[in-house]
Amino acid sequence: MAARSLPPAAEEMPSPWAPVPFRVAQRTAETSDTVTLVLTPARDAPEFPFAPGQFNMLYAFGVGEAAISISGDPAAPGSLVHTVRTAGKVSGALAAAGPGTIVGVRGPYGSAWPLAAAEGKDVVLVAGGLGLPPLRPALYTMLADRGKFGRIEVIYGARTPKDLVFYRQVQEWRARTDLRFQTTVDAADRSWYGDVGLVTARVPDLRVDPANTVAFLCGPEVMLKFTVQALVAKGMTEDQVYVSLERNMKCAIGLCGHCQLGPEFVCRDGPVFRYSDVRRYLTVREL
Amino acid sequence: MTAAPTPGALRLAEHRFFVGAPSGLADRLEPLAVERSYAFGDTLVREGDIADRFVLIYEGKVALEIVLPDRPSVTIQTLGGGDVLGWSWLVPPPEWWLDARAVKRTRTLELPAGPLRAALDAHPDDGYAFLLRLLPVVAQRLDHTRLQLMDLHGR
Ligand SMILES: Cc1cc2nc3c(=O)[nH]c(=O)nc-3n(C[C@H](O)[C@H](O)[C@H](O)COP(=O)(O)OP(=O)(O)OC[C@H]3O[C@@H](n4cnc5c(N)ncnc54)[C@H](O)[C@@H]3O)c2cc1C
Ligand code: FES
Repeated sequence: MAARSLPPAAEEMPSPWAPVPFRVAQRTAETSDTVTLVLTPARDAPEFPFAPGQFNMLYAFGVGEAAISISGDPAAPGSLVHTVRTAGKVSGALAAAGPGTIVGVRGPYGSAWPLAAAEGKDVVLVAGGLGLPPLRPALYTMLADRGKFGRIEVIYGARTPKDLVFYRQVQEWRARTDLRFQTTVDAADRSWYGDVGLVTARVPDLRVDPANTVAFLCGPEVMLKFTVQALVAKGMTEDQVYVSLERNMKCAIGLCGHCQLGPEFVCRDGPVFRYSDVRRYLTVREL
Repeated sequence: MTAAPTPGALRLAEHRFFVGAPSGLADRLEPLAVERSYAFGDTLVREGDIADRFVLIYEGKVALEIVLPDRPSVTIQTLGGGDVLGWSWLVPPPEWWLDARAVKRTRTLELPAGPLRAALDAHPDDGYAFLLRLLPVVAQRLDHTRLQLMDLHGR
């Protein structure tokens, strides 16, 4: 029996498993182990709309797939921007991909920073290390529509000055008057004239109205935990805080259970969660 | 470092350290306060020197540095307006255990350790209130040191 052809609409629908080929158009070294890749469609393809906070599964052909947040501007969906740190085989292959390399893309997946809920309020972004790339799309969006938000405060921390990403852009943000962007490192030598100390130490000095503020946090979980404590000491409540979480992923579409966190699937229900909804799963002691 | 041209322009009561303190505490200590200003690169205190004063920073930035014999010194924290430097004057032996260097033009009010200690001893209520304000600063620094040791940026 001849195979029946699918109705046209279904035929055009991409399989959720099939990566779409993109070409590395630009590769910029951020630090010794981190690069930013600008990807453009390898074939004629529609634009790639996404919401701030979402991620893609990037496929390094012959090596494997990794979840990587989108770090570009949602208002420029013609290309895709990702910032990748070498952690192992897949991220290492992606980080090494030079211009012209074909990379597979599945996505965008996951929940977004709740920017609509932040309108009319003060907004605090706290990023630790590679936590800045997933927050950058939210910052682009807020700055493009600056009047919709109250005060915007960013605290960005890294281990040392050499670990800071988007260095030039951070200098531009720091020079703006409609945004307070503080950078701090855990330790430095004398060539660094910026702040030294943990991101948590900058929280008491935030100039926001705690009752009318939302906070978006992204970074290692130990940093998230202590930053939330500092925000609560400042007068905020845990339901005003949103965090982006990472768990090992495989399918990224809520099927395999690899990314499970309590009853939640990080790929589908996250990666952005309200802190009060997930705190109990983050404080489970190691067995 | 220079003595400020307009001594008294800064007021103890306006510093974050004294906000919410029992009334009169800052005013009673005010006569002891010396206003100072430091240019970029000036050293406020040096490791091993006698810890002879309590420093309240009003503006600027001060880097706390640990000096190591075999490698470049490491900045472990920066302090700014609203922060205070030093409880070493209260803890025997009263010696600074790190360097503090201005990395921006910095203005301070400084209370000399001997007269400050005498004033707090003479009025135990003031002494208690002062220590109640100092203890959270010490606790916060201890917390930060612990977190730094844990490496917040580790996975
Ligand atoms: C929603 C989401 C967004 C992410 N965004 C980014 C991003 O923007 N940039 C980026 O560089 N990385 C990001 N990651 C992490 C990235 O997916 C992992 O570093 C990558 O999958 C590691 O795969 P690998 O084969 O290179 O390393 P592996 O050989 O699999 O692992 C190397 C080391 O990394 C650890 N590791 C692996 N996966 C994770 C993970 N998901 N979280 C924490 N540790 C992990 C392993 O335990 C191991 O110690 C994100 C992860 C998630 C879930
Ligand atoms: S990665 Fe498969 S369920 Fe989330």
